[in-house]
Amino acid sequence: MPQLAISVKDLSKIYGEQTAVSHATFEVPLGSVCGFVGPNGSGKTTTIRMLLGLITPTGGSGTVLGEDIRSPEKYLSKVGAMIEGPAFYPMLSGRENLKVLADLGGFSHARVDTLLTKVGLGDRGGSKFKTYSLGMKQRLGIAAALLPQPQLLILDEPTNGLDPNGIQEIRELIKELAEEGTSVFVSSHILAELEMISEYLVMLRKGKVLFSGLTQELLGNQKPITTVKPEYLVDLSKLTAIVNDFGYESKIENGSIQIPVGPEFGAVINRAAFEVGITLSIISTQQPTLEETFFEMTGEK
Amino acid sequence: MFNVVKAELRKMKRPSLTLVTFSIVTALSALFTSLIFLRLGKPSDRPRGREMAQSVESMAHFDGAYYSFTLMGLFIGLIALTVFASQSSNEYTYGTLRNLLVRQPSRMKLLAGKFFAMSIFATVLVAVAAIVNISLSYIESGYSHVDTKLWLSSKAISGFSTAFGNMVLGTIGYGVVGMSLGIILKSPMSAISISLLWFMVLENILGAVLSSASKWLPGNSLSAVSTGGAKVFTYERGLIISGCYLLLFGGIATILFKRRDVAS
Repeated sequence: MPQLAISVKDLSKIYGEQTAVSHATFEVPLGSVCGFVGPNGSGKTTTIRMLLGLITPTGGSGTVLGEDIRSPEKYLSKVGAMIEGPAFYPMLSGRENLKVLADLGGFSHARVDTLLTKVGLGDRGGSKFKTYSLGMKQRLGIAAALLPQPQLLILDEPTNGLDPNGIQEIRELIKELAEEGTSVFVSSHILAELEMISEYLVMLRKGKVLFSGLTQELLGNQKPITTVKPEYLVDLSKLTAIVNDFGYESKIENGSIQIPVGPEFGAVINRAAFEVGITLSIISTQQPTLEETFFEMTGEK
Repeated sequence: MFNVVKAELRKMKRPSLTLVTFSIVTALSALFTSLIFLRLGKPSDRPRGREMAQSVESMAHFDGAYYSFTLMGLFIGLIALTVFASQSSNEYTYGTLRNLLVRQPSRMKLLAGKFFAMSIFATVLVAVAAIVNISLSYIESGYSHVDTKLWLSSKAISGFSTAFGNMVLGTIGYGVVGMSLGIILKSPMSAISISLLWFMVLENILGAVLSSASKWLPGNSLSAVSTGGAKVFTYERGLIISGCYLLLFGGIATILFKRRDVAS
């Protein structure tokens, strides 16, 4: 039994003069939920395609469920995947589309209706795929990925087109699958979602891995941000000067000052402000969110 | 591979494909048979220097029941070509190929399974054409006073079996051209329009301008297979030349299907 769901080393894909993925190295432990993040064009989908044997790596190596990614037939029967949006036959119903894939993979048709119900398409399974909304198409894609009762589920932007309820349902579904022991490798641009469900994280930028490891490790290494807000806006510049006197580089946002420092600074700034007659209406310290960390690491905004 | 055939047949049995395709084949079969019987004459009616349409006497021969069926090679072939081309290239345009490859990573098995399923479809297509042609021939023989005594002779049954086999072979041959172009061009519109343009227009022009080229053209060779061959283009020659063309097209398509990245 392999201990890693996914392991890649120096994995690269080059198209002509364009490097889509460059020497990517990361590991995803078995049974974990791993978020895969990166700006558009960072190589996420290319990496996923290589893991699924759809494109051949230019260099490097990798394993999925302990099998070489150059022999996808050895592991794909245990992998469910939804890549770059749901793609189905428009003239067939959702149910028939799933049956085509069930036939192809040698899976029982009995699972088809169960899965349609699970993703909330129980009453629309007989409708043609072309009549589905984007959210319904996405749900069908997830149902298709679950057909093989996968040990590893690879989802590329599974919440695209879903409303907040749908996003929450997918989040619950991923949690549920993870509790049942399914490893989940999920890419999404909704970083707040990933932060809530991902134990591990792989971050890409311009085809290179910026970070791979525990989500808490990444977020824990970030400097906390303390926010202070004066009661009266006229005191903002005076308060900023006091903060700067302490040697911190502050940032003003929405009438409050953000300072890259821990909660111990709260009492210090409160006292200093009080001494010059400024009343503070907010003093709070927060760890940077995944989104903030992501923007800082990738330089995107 | 059985799973691939099963999955492909599930896709192909959708009403929008089967109804349209079988309706066209039925209509064409009815048209061909009706025209043959409408134009029946006597040998003495033969215009000087011109070959005459079938006569009442010639239709009474053992092959009279399926004579109109043997003339449909090009049309059934082109219908099969269209189906094969769209079934293979739509996987690219819909983006569904990636789903198929995740469930069946062996690309050769996937390709072979798709081919077998489409060949089954083509065989059913030819069978429908044969049933309509023969049924209508029987009905129309009464009105045209054609003697049908020999139509159920053992020679007729054996002749029909050969004609049916040849038609299936020729139809699948056209299908292979469609499937190959579908895979190479990744677009149903391009694959179908280029094929139809070639088989229905360009090959005829080329044959008329360069008569020596006629013996080497793919459409003529596939027609020779479908119809069982003729004096100018024998069955054996048709088999060899179309075999070469199909190996070439099929080979290129197979290599591309096996090696090409599925990046969309």
